This record gives sequence, C-alpha cells and structure tokens, in this order.
Amino acid sequence: MNHVDLPLWVTIPGTLLLVFGGLLVLIGSAGLVKLDHFYARMHPPTMGTTLGTGCVLITSMLVSSALEQRPVIHEILITVFVVMSAPVSAMLLMRAAVYREHRKRPEPTQPLDDIGGTIPPRD
Amino acid sequence: MNAVFDYAAWFASLCFVLAMLCALVRLFIGPAAQDRVLALDTLYINGMLTLLMLGIRSSSTVYFDMALLIALFGFASTIALAKFLLRGEVIEP
Repeated sequence: MNHVDLPLWVTIPGTLLLVFGGLLVLIGSAGLVKLDHFYARMHPPTMGTTLGTGCVLITSMLVSSALEQRPVIHEILITVFVVMSAPVSAMLLMRAAVYREHRKRPEPTQPLDDIGGTIPPRD
Repeated sequence: MNAVFDYAAWFASLCFVLAMLCALVRLFIGPAAQDRVLALDTLYINGMLTLLMLGIRSSSTVYFDMALLIALFGFASTIALAKFLLRGEVIEP
C-alpha cells in the first residue's frame, strides 16, 4: 500500500480520524435503514455527510501534505462544497415530501377555518 | 505505526462499503419516491468517501478530482429529482 514511511504526526491523528469517520458514516447509513418514518430518516445520513466527510478529508490533507513535503489544502474544496450543498438538498427533499404527503391526504369534508381546524356545524 | 494506519484505512473502507449496502437496501425497499432519492444522495456521498479512501491508500492525487466530480453530480441530481417530485418538472419555463 503506502511504500513510504509516514511520519508519526500523520499516522496517529489519521488513524483516529479514519476509525471515527468510518463508524459515523456506518451508523448514519444504518439509521437510514432502521428508522421507520421519512422525517426521521432525513437526519442520520447528515451525520456521515458532514462529520464523516470532514474526518476523511482532514486525513487526506495530512497524508498528501506529508507525501509532498508542503501543505496541501485543496481537499478543503470538497468540504466546503459538501457542507454548503447538504442543507439545500435536504430542504428541497423535505419540501417535496411535505407536499406529496399533503396531496395524498383526502380532502376534508367539513370546511376549514382560518387556522386549519374544522368549523362545527351550526344548530 | 504505518501498519496501524493501513488497518485503519481498511476499516474505514469496509465501513463505507457497508454503508453503501445499507443505502442500497433503502433504495430498493423505500416505500415512497422521496426515500429513494434520499438513499441515492447517501449512496453518492458514500461512494465519494470510498474514492477518497482509495486516494489515501494509493497515495495518488488523481482520485481527488473524481471525488469532487461525484460530489458535484450527486448534488445536481438530488436537486433535480427533488424539484421533479415537488413541481412535476425540473426546469420550469
């Protein structure tokens, strides 16, 4: 695999960050399978999207910096892009889910008042 | 110490592959369309992380560009699918 010896300031934080990030991503995706409602299933993958990606990208930055003997920080592009795009896609998906579930619900037979409740029939 | 780092890299790759399998399960059994779109988004992120792990393990910088492209296309496809679910068409006149 790596044929060069990585220094100790790379391997110790790199090992910890890789194990932590891998576990986070795995737990997040297992929650995607396990939870039983869409609005609950929205949340676990974001753990892997933000923290897991951050851990792996910090490790990648450390390894490339050690290999090229100079600071390499272009991995920060992926971090910035993922962190900026994750809330946008989550918000659009949530709006689509709310719209579709609202449309699937049957029409109320009684007329609604201003705050969405039903008006009791007059005597 | 290099051997421990190699084991950690293998462990992280295994975790990402298992996470991709979990996302695939949700992609197949998802009861509604939005579940499948969410599973596809997770699958894209996990595939990007697997490519980054390949880049770390092989000490090459080629994989970085592929990971950036996968993140870009995953975001665009998720937005397009969510817009389609929300409005019925992707680009409105």
